[in-house]
Amino acid sequence: MQQTTIGQVHATSIIFFILFVLVTLGITYWAAKRTRTTKDFYAAGRSITGFQNGLALAGDYMSAASFLGIAGLVSTKGYDGLIYSVGWLVGWPIVMFLIAEPLRNIGKYTFADVVAYRLNQRPIRAAAAGGSLVTVLFYLIAQMVGAGTLIKLMFGLPYEVAIVVVGTLMVAYVLFGGMLATTWVQIIKAVLLLGGATLLVILTLSQFGFSYGELFSQAVQKYTDKFLEPGGLITSPLEAFSLGLALMFGTAGLPHILMRFYTVPDAKEARKSVFYATGFIGYFYILTVTIGFGAAVLVGQKVIMGIDKGGNMAAPLLAEALGGTPFLGFLAAVAFATILAVVAGLTLAGASALSHDLYVGVIRRGVSAEKEEVKVAKIATLCLGVAAILLGILFKGQNVAFMVGLAFAVACSANFPALLLSITWKKFTTKGAVASIYTGLVLAVSLIILSPTVWVDVIHAKEKAAVEKQIKDLEAREKPKIEAMEKEGKTLEAAREKTQLETQTKELKAAMPKAIFPMKNPAVISMGAAFLIGILLSLAGREKEAEDKFEEEKLRTYVGIGAE
Amino acid sequence: MTKKTAHEIMEDSDFKSLAGQKNSISVVLTILELVLYFGFIGLIAYNRPFLSSKLSGAITIGIPIAVGTIVLSWVLTGIYVRWANKKYDLLVKKVKEKVGG
Repeated sequence: MQQTTIGQVHATSIIFFILFVLVTLGITYWAAKRTRTTKDFYAAGRSITGFQNGLALAGDYMSAASFLGIAGLVSTKGYDGLIYSVGWLVGWPIVMFLIAEPLRNIGKYTFADVVAYRLNQRPIRAAAAGGSLVTVLFYLIAQMVGAGTLIKLMFGLPYEVAIVVVGTLMVAYVLFGGMLATTWVQIIKAVLLLGGATLLVILTLSQFGFSYGELFSQAVQKYTDKFLEPGGLITSPLEAFSLGLALMFGTAGLPHILMRFYTVPDAKEARKSVFYATGFIGYFYILTVTIGFGAAVLVGQKVIMGIDKGGNMAAPLLAEALGGTPFLGFLAAVAFATILAVVAGLTLAGASALSHDLYVGVIRRGVSAEKEEVKVAKIATLCLGVAAILLGILFKGQNVAFMVGLAFAVACSANFPALLLSITWKKFTTKGAVASIYTGLVLAVSLIILSPTVWVDVIHAKEKAAVEKQIKDLEAREKPKIEAMEKEGKTLEAAREKTQLETQTKELKAAMPKAIFPMKNPAVISMGAAFLIGILLSLAGREKEAEDKFEEEKLRTYVGIGAE
Repeated sequence: MTKKTAHEIMEDSDFKSLAGQKNSISVVLTILELVLYFGFIGLIAYNRPFLSSKLSGAITIGIPIAVGTIVLSWVLTGIYVRWANKKYDLLVKKVKEKVGG
């Protein structure tokens, strides 16, 4: 099992990948003939059923990074990986209970439609488009860089080539096929990913007589009891709480997720689609965790980390061990398809913020012909595609893991509070909404830049590494000396040397770059501040017009009268 | 039936009961989900020995609790859909008829 062909080009993966590209381009061609109006381009003509949208939502949410990353985390860290995966699911019930139906009933294409419904259009649209674009761009950069790295790792294709291939295909789907093609790409990808992961789990469990008990007992034999116990993932309760807030309420503020609710005909289908999506995503995480444990036992941490330190290749390695090169090839193609589908969804969400909110809502003051808006949306798609490729290449080799966290922090701080307050609170005003969005946006971005994840690990990465190296060198120099002294029986001197070493280490550590903001995730502060500012500014000055329109909005929220 | 304005509908007892029921179920289920997830996080932060205790064989209690959090979150969305499909949609239909829309 030490031998692996990962990183080489396989006939099977190429065949599966070409098949996927051909089928999806065929769908795009079919969809292009049905995509004329804005309703077609942004919302697939509202023709998607609840079940289909459930799969598409799951497709948007289950990224290659989460599939490979969580399997890797479980295989290297055991139970901590399971804890991590739970956090990614718990936002979905919140989407269902608070957002999905009102959003569908009030809005048209973007979540800004809802926030701007009874408020002053232009400032709201500008602010909301800002929140959407920042969320989408950070998410997109993380996906692009991940895509380039993964494809290089799996297919041996050069990074830049991979980025250009991904960027070109995603633009083709969105540009020609709009939301209809994007939705079907998501559905196919979701089915492939769920099917591939299910097959891998069946093959894994067959090695353990289809008994989880056996799988876990072998895992414990190999890696001690600690493997199934919580480890170092959660150190500070406040930090865990803040991350939990970002995951829970961030999901309800992701523009590419929210946009999907406009593709179904009514609120009833919107609600059904969340139920299906939650089921699929939950099932997917349970599969992924099983794959992680299976890889730890059947492949082994040494081999997994030997290929990729982060453990990202745990699932492909397990597939190769159990199903040979054909299965590895299939899974590699599925990972590629997954990346493509996710970036296509993001691009469409970004393009709609640019065209529907910024161009039509702000520049044209809400007056624009159908044809013109579709044209602008397509130009925006093209621009975003080019930007995604350039950013992907620009951030090559950079540590971008924090960017998905940043996207969630912005989503829960800038997008979610304004959205929730506009649906539920009569006295919410334009000033309150605009201030809430910008407060959340600025705080989330700046606090993350000042946090340990970026300030220390990215901006001052060199200084951090230098200090770590100094400490390591010092220990390598002094420790043998101390040990030698202890062996010779010079315990007193050894003890003195030891304390000296400790003070020296401490002095070196003092030079370690420190984060200006101590928390890794700012959600508890940035989201809290966004709510607070939104509420205070609304209370400070009433907006009669907005209050008058609330009854009409309320009727639409609950009953769906006037919904598009 | 004559058409009613938005303001009249707001005062209608059927609409009031519909909005009231929808708000309560949304709030109650949201709180349950928060308690479920942050309860799990709280256990990790404050009671590791409990999560690490053995259930049967090598399996620790933490494993069914984590998987249970995922499954229960889904069950909560199921409860909401069931309620909405059975009760809420009927109320919506009733109110819609009053508006004539």
